[in-house]
Amino acid sequence: MMFSLLWTDILVWGLLSVLLFFGWGASRSEQIKKQWHAIFKSSIAMASAIILFFYLFFTLLDSVHVRFAMEPTKTKSEQVQYSEIVSLLDLIFAHNIQSTERTYSAPFATHEYTKSIIVDEHGVTKQEYLPLKHISKKAHSLQKSFIAVMIGLAISIMFILVHIFWRSGKGFKNEFKLIMQGNTKLPWRTAYGMIIFLIILCTWFYMLSFDYHVLGTDKVGGDVLYQSLKSIRTGVLIGILTTLIMLPVAILLGVSAGLFGGWVDDVIQYLYTTLSSIPGVLLIAAGVLSMQVMIGNNPTWFETTLERSDLRLLFLILILGITSWTGLCRLLRAETLKISQMEFVTAAKAFGVGRLTIIRRHIIPNLMHIILISVVLDFSGLVLAEAVLSYVGVGVDPTMHSWGNMINQARLEMARDPMVWWSLFSAFVFMFILVLAANLLSDRVQTVLDPRNKS
Amino acid sequence: MNSLLSVENLSLTVGGEKLLKSINFEIKQGEVFALVGESGSGKSLTSLAIMRLLPEVISVSSGDIKFKNDSLFLLPEYKMQKIRGKSIAMIFQEPMSALNPVMTIGEQVAEVIKIHLGLRKEETKEKVISLFKEVLLKDPTERYNWYPHQLSGGQKQRVMIAIALACEPDLLIADEPTTALDVTVQAKVLKLLKKIQVQRNLSILFITHDMAVVAQMADRVAVMRYGEILEEAECNIFFSSPQHPYTQSLLKDAMHSKEARERLRTPGKLLEVEGLKVHFPIKKGFFQRTVGYTKSVDGVSFSIPKGKTLALVGESGSGKSTIGNAILSLVPITEGTVKYEDQDLVHLSALALKPYRRKIQVVFQDPFSALNPRMTIGDIIREGMVSLGVVSKNRASQDAKISKLLEKVELEAEHMHRYPHEFSGGQRQRIGIARALAVEPELIICDEPTSALDVSVRTQILRLLQKLQQESGVSYLFITHDLSIVPTIADEVAVMKEGKIVEQGSVESVMENPQHPYTQKLLRSAPKLPI
Repeated sequence: MMFSLLWTDILVWGLLSVLLFFGWGASRSEQIKKQWHAIFKSSIAMASAIILFFYLFFTLLDSVHVRFAMEPTKTKSEQVQYSEIVSLLDLIFAHNIQSTERTYSAPFATHEYTKSIIVDEHGVTKQEYLPLKHISKKAHSLQKSFIAVMIGLAISIMFILVHIFWRSGKGFKNEFKLIMQGNTKLPWRTAYGMIIFLIILCTWFYMLSFDYHVLGTDKVGGDVLYQSLKSIRTGVLIGILTTLIMLPVAILLGVSAGLFGGWVDDVIQYLYTTLSSIPGVLLIAAGVLSMQVMIGNNPTWFETTLERSDLRLLFLILILGITSWTGLCRLLRAETLKISQMEFVTAAKAFGVGRLTIIRRHIIPNLMHIILISVVLDFSGLVLAEAVLSYVGVGVDPTMHSWGNMINQARLEMARDPMVWWSLFSAFVFMFILVLAANLLSDRVQTVLDPRNKS
Repeated sequence: MNSLLSVENLSLTVGGEKLLKSINFEIKQGEVFALVGESGSGKSLTSLAIMRLLPEVISVSSGDIKFKNDSLFLLPEYKMQKIRGKSIAMIFQEPMSALNPVMTIGEQVAEVIKIHLGLRKEETKEKVISLFKEVLLKDPTERYNWYPHQLSGGQKQRVMIAIALACEPDLLIADEPTTALDVTVQAKVLKLLKKIQVQRNLSILFITHDMAVVAQMADRVAVMRYGEILEEAECNIFFSSPQHPYTQSLLKDAMHSKEARERLRTPGKLLEVEGLKVHFPIKKGFFQRTVGYTKSVDGVSFSIPKGKTLALVGESGSGKSTIGNAILSLVPITEGTVKYEDQDLVHLSALALKPYRRKIQVVFQDPFSALNPRMTIGDIIREGMVSLGVVSKNRASQDAKISKLLEKVELEAEHMHRYPHEFSGGQRQRIGIARALAVEPELIICDEPTSALDVSVRTQILRLLQKLQQESGVSYLFITHDLSIVPTIADEVAVMKEGKIVEQGSVESVMENPQHPYTQKLLRSAPKLPI
């Protein structure tokens, strides 16, 4: 077995460690601690954060890629041959990958969705619903569901007990009572409820996925649940990494335009006016198409299809980042203009403090609320943008699982009679929950961090 | 005289906290009733309660307001709407934000007339123009089609008065109507208000923090503090024999000690400014061509002796703050020299300037924007000391110095770890002073340090500045628009108008025997207390 790092994996784990580092740094500042406390006082924010955490968890699970050594073939090579790259998520859902059906089947179905023409042993041609190959026929689904719920409950309660124990310095019993009454500073009761619900849901889906196709199968018999889960990584990556690319550009250009003024301001303003007057889709389409041509001309760059689609994803992220910094940049420029006229900046100048220090110490901290708010808002916008772009055909690689691709395929399925609804439905629900949670959290962040709300 | 409006036992609460504590007063027909108090005393809330315009979170817990024997709180909303504007009109503090920027001023006045009087179009226009004449707006027919941005602050306030008078109200509520205006403009607006009041036999509820304005305008005065009326009296009795200790101290603070300051005679000039010109280019068009210059400061010379205070007096836009920034090398100087102990600062590089940054420091006007809200008080004070290398790198010794500085400006050492929003305006101004003192300057430029503060706090800050001067012999360049505080703080005074100094000299000679007509006008316009 060998770990293999894709480009996006490096970025995801790098970002995670940077975030953890900053979180650790921020946890030492009383003011920031207080602010986060205020954000999570709202039970909606708490629940949203937990949902986002689950999405992040699946992303990370899907971002550890390994290759296994194949059985050395007896014939020629001494070189060790490796299998395709798979992620941890693939390993967990290995049974789903192998158990592809022939074609469409509805969620929890035992037979295919459409009739097939078969010739039986007597030579009679019949039309009938064929049974699915990979479902266990004698599954006691009720009994199994019960077991799944119990296991989920056990796992979640174990986590929660550990957490309560860790939090309660004095008196475990007392703390437990406070939580049950909802008398804690942060809404832990809601948080625990949410965790129990999500873990039970996950175990239930997972346990039943051995016996059924929980969310049905698509045209070529692929499991929709597995596709939806794989799509999480694509969506979250586009949301997070694009912001990451966009942020430094927006901050650097916005702050310098606002602070230095003069020709610097002019150049930056012309740049973003030009960029934002070109339709975004046009730029993205042009970028993606030229990338496709480049990939097509150099097939030797990639060992596997996964690496190829990964690079295409990265490229899409890059283009999205380049086209989406203008809005934030404009906001930051205006705010910097305002702040740089404030008297505390003048005072710093009178002390002979350097320009970079002024930016770092006086301007950026006072822009933080805008940055944070727009990052969270942009995140949901970008997740939706991926879906739209893939639907149009200039999004991620067609072989890559993404909600956009799922919706794109579902386009024709909707026109069938009877309608095949589950592919679209799953993609929609998974995306909707992610975007809703991100929006709810950002609402709360906005309310708490915006100084104008502090009267 | 019968009473027009009477407020009886009015109490307002928000979330269990009492904002007004059963206040009583009445306003008679044709009387100017002044409500005086510092910020947060509840005077504006009272006026909003009269108009029934209180924010929804504030509730009336008891009491009643009677207007011509109608209880205002019992009226249905549609009747109240008729009273608002028609019987009771209001003038606000900020004429800039009270007028709609996309409507001509004529239309805005006409709108009110249309709603309440229902006149025909031509009649309305005639009425508007006659109102403009009454408030002494020049070329009223032409100005009918002007937009608010084409008018000056004083003119806007006149338009506001015209709107208020449009429906011939019985009571006019004027909420700090002249606070945002310059002294000379204020004098004109006050004169106009008084004239109209006498002509129309109008009642005015005049809300202000300025005792001198009260003395000029009011027939009766009530003093408010923390939502209570402490004292109510006829104007002349009020000023000659105030009863409540708070009123006495307010009056004392407003008056300033007239006795001459103890003049320190130290030889030597600290700062010499000669022929200073600061011209800002006006840029227009595609390539930002310079099409002209704003002459903010246009040939100014003065000097500040060691350990003394020069007051720079002028109205808004006269270029006084630009001089402060020019001395600090924060704006490019077009021409002239700024000599600090015979060293010309104008042509020094940023690096060569650093030792002088230490000697010249600044205290700002607005205590809210002067401190970075994201830094602790300790870090705010530390920044300058570290940047200019005044203290050792040892954090403990820095902290010791910061706590000493905080004590010097009469704050506590433990305030070091707090953030600016936890402090009041006066306390923030003290922090600003401590920040300037941290680098042990020889000259402090005080740019309107007291104009955003209440009277009693202003006195404390001025006293603190004076104490610091006596202790350390620091010089001040005191920039202000308020002539009344000049004798208390300054040794010399320079009067500025449109970028030029029109008169300068010792405080006694300028204040008592002004030569230039502009100085005379300024002194005449400043409202005075009758003592």
